[in-house]
Amino acid sequence: MATEDLEAFRRRARTFVRANLRPVGSAVMTVRSRVSDEEELAAVARDREVQRMLFDAGLAGVCVPREYGGQGLTPAHQRVLNEELAGFEFPSRIQVPTFAPCAAVLLEFGTEEQKQRHIPPMLRGEEIWMQFLSEPSGGSDVAGALTSAVRDGDGWLLSGSKVWTTGAWWSDWALCLARTDWDVAKHAGLTVFILPIHQPSIDVHRIEMLNGNREFCQEFLNEVRVPDGDRVGGVNDGWTVGTRWMFHERMSYNSPLVTFPTDAVHGVAGGASTLELARAAGRADDPRVRELIGEARALEVVWRELQHRVGVGIATGAMSSQASAVARVFHCGASMRQTTIAFDVAGAAGGAWTDDDGPLARAGTDFLMRQVACIGGGTTEMARNVVSERVLGMPRERTLDKDVAFRDVPRSPSAKR
Amino acid sequence: MLLQLTSDQELLRETTARFLDETVPPAELRRLRDDPVGFGDAWWKRGAELGWTSLLVSEDDGGGSISGRGLVDLSLIAYEFGRRAAPGPLVASSVVAAALSSASGARHTPVLARLLSGDAIATWCFAEPRPNDRLGAIALEIRRDGGDLVLSGVKRPVEAAVRASHLLVTGRTADGLAQVLVPADTPGVTIAPMQSVDLTRRFHVVTFDRVRVPVSALVGELGSADAQVERQLQQALVLLAAESVGAMQRGFDMTVDWAFDRYSFGRPLASYQAIKHRFADLKAWLEASHAIADAAAAAVDAGAGSDEAAELASVAKAYVGDAGAEVLHDCVQIHGGIGVTFEHDLHFFLRRLTVDRALCGTPAEHRVRIAGLLERRAEAA
Repeated sequence: MATEDLEAFRRRARTFVRANLRPVGSAVMTVRSRVSDEEELAAVARDREVQRMLFDAGLAGVCVPREYGGQGLTPAHQRVLNEELAGFEFPSRIQVPTFAPCAAVLLEFGTEEQKQRHIPPMLRGEEIWMQFLSEPSGGSDVAGALTSAVRDGDGWLLSGSKVWTTGAWWSDWALCLARTDWDVAKHAGLTVFILPIHQPSIDVHRIEMLNGNREFCQEFLNEVRVPDGDRVGGVNDGWTVGTRWMFHERMSYNSPLVTFPTDAVHGVAGGASTLELARAAGRADDPRVRELIGEARALEVVWRELQHRVGVGIATGAMSSQASAVARVFHCGASMRQTTIAFDVAGAAGGAWTDDDGPLARAGTDFLMRQVACIGGGTTEMARNVVSERVLGMPRERTLDKDVAFRDVPRSPSAKR
Repeated sequence: MLLQLTSDQELLRETTARFLDETVPPAELRRLRDDPVGFGDAWWKRGAELGWTSLLVSEDDGGGSISGRGLVDLSLIAYEFGRRAAPGPLVASSVVAAALSSASGARHTPVLARLLSGDAIATWCFAEPRPNDRLGAIALEIRRDGGDLVLSGVKRPVEAAVRASHLLVTGRTADGLAQVLVPADTPGVTIAPMQSVDLTRRFHVVTFDRVRVPVSALVGELGSADAQVERQLQQALVLLAAESVGAMQRGFDMTVDWAFDRYSFGRPLASYQAIKHRFADLKAWLEASHAIADAAAAAVDAGAGSDEAAELASVAKAYVGDAGAEVLHDCVQIHGGIGVTFEHDLHFFLRRLTVDRALCGTPAEHRVRIAGLLERRAEAA
């Protein structure tokens, strides 16, 4: 079948978007505090519905092969869809981590049966996925996972705890990294599994963040039974999967599997909302504030163009496959600055506000949460290591857990070797 | 710089890169430090033969682009200029040639032909001294007097004015902006040298003391040049940003090499996490600068004067100006003491970035401009 040309695809996307989706202005996705569970669940339901509408219109999984329910088109087609979605609602909760990294990992390492079973429901909005990756014992050192998987007949029993899953309480499936051998080196004893989140052996606990948000979750796994057919990749070969998993995680919104309107901003306020804040604060004429508005807008535009450059660079091979870490480092600094700008533009209302203060009322708590963008999805410091070591080729950091059985690796000050 | 060049663009870029490597190596830049002009006439003419002067000029006027996107092509040249801190009035002369080609009909064809061949250069008299030194503030007066125009005012900094055969002067009439092409030897024009941190670029104060030229010297119409001036500004911003990114890239590359070669405490600098993390930040700012400079070039090429082009050009100028200074000063820091000596080459690139950052509006002025554009869009929506 001939590939649909970009202009025909654009016309098809435009017709669908304008006829079926609600205009929303520029979407700003961020960790907000004042959303009730009912509102959140309604939003999730709408996201599933919109994802299904995209699927039925032949606009879901643009770069996913046709045999798994996708369109089998190119990243350029995905970008066209992203452009046509600008200013409209989109299923924001079903992009990251469902399509990147989870669907990306399944497409790369999953068995034919796993792909047939899960990719089409993901594209239809029926399966929302989480990453069971980080653990309470350490966020950046993901290969140091303590969650264990023990053989049990023709399956496995998983026990341990995973954390920082955004929205696990309303999600369906998880990709889970677990330790299957404690007597070999850290990276050599890991295996990846898939499992349904809502089952009696998993307790999902919601974590309250300092802004009152309760979307982040921690899961306690108590002998969760997983059939061997739900293993992804080889036994003890989990780090082969994990390395690519981390790569797809860093791709996040740059991934060709992810739908994201070109005018949408994740995590931080762009120029338009800074202008809105300045107006609400009655400061839009203050020359100092105007410069800040311009700075916020500039960072937003540069970020958009950098994402495009990195996406093209990786796709064409002009850039290292690790270059998404370059975008990550930029984004951390830019989002910190934008959050600070928003707080300063709000004036004293950033510190104390009333219900009449409109958008100013959230500036204070947003400022408290400023570092979230530099922690979630891998800290800035880890991304800096990736850029310097994997992109620029500088010497790797020395570690003390390489050539030793994982059970002998020090995990606290008291663990003497 | 663009990640994907056409083969013709790559040939253009490569030819200029090789020519600059051969003709203006660091030793030549050091020699030109004491040259009153900063570049040689014959050298510039050879550059014209490589295509430097023709990219923004229409085919009807004897010019022509490589890819159909002349400003994008020229930004590749500007980038290579930045990578070598090359001499020559690339930005000023290109902007004037583009204006003569697009806004003046056949009136100035003989001058344009000499600019294209490299036999002459022209420069743009745009910015003014205090108190009219804010971005876009124009006070130089252009008054009609019978069949003549009379120009009164001062322009600075004007690049390469001492070598220019013609000056494109942006001034104000009672009805709006106007632009006039003034032969540099016209009575009443005085050109006085300025000092600059750039080793090879020369800037001047140009004073117009009741300078009288015929009405035929107009470029465009009297009092309605505002849109054309905006287009010229956007083109200049794009070229300055591209050149700045070239300077950043070269300083960054030199510093990466240095970090691998320089040992302290028995280890290369590149093995220290404190240094590695600095490099990660520099790499991020550098790639962001490439991205926005390229986006601005594409947008201004596609629609110079549009609001979208205006925004991207200003974002490029604001962002690259700030990030470029951070990157190159950090390169100096990582080099240590050798980085602030004249004997090392790093300063060539810091000098080029520094001048480019200050010309055609500071980063802060462009941020204010961006806020205005954003406000206008919000009101239109």
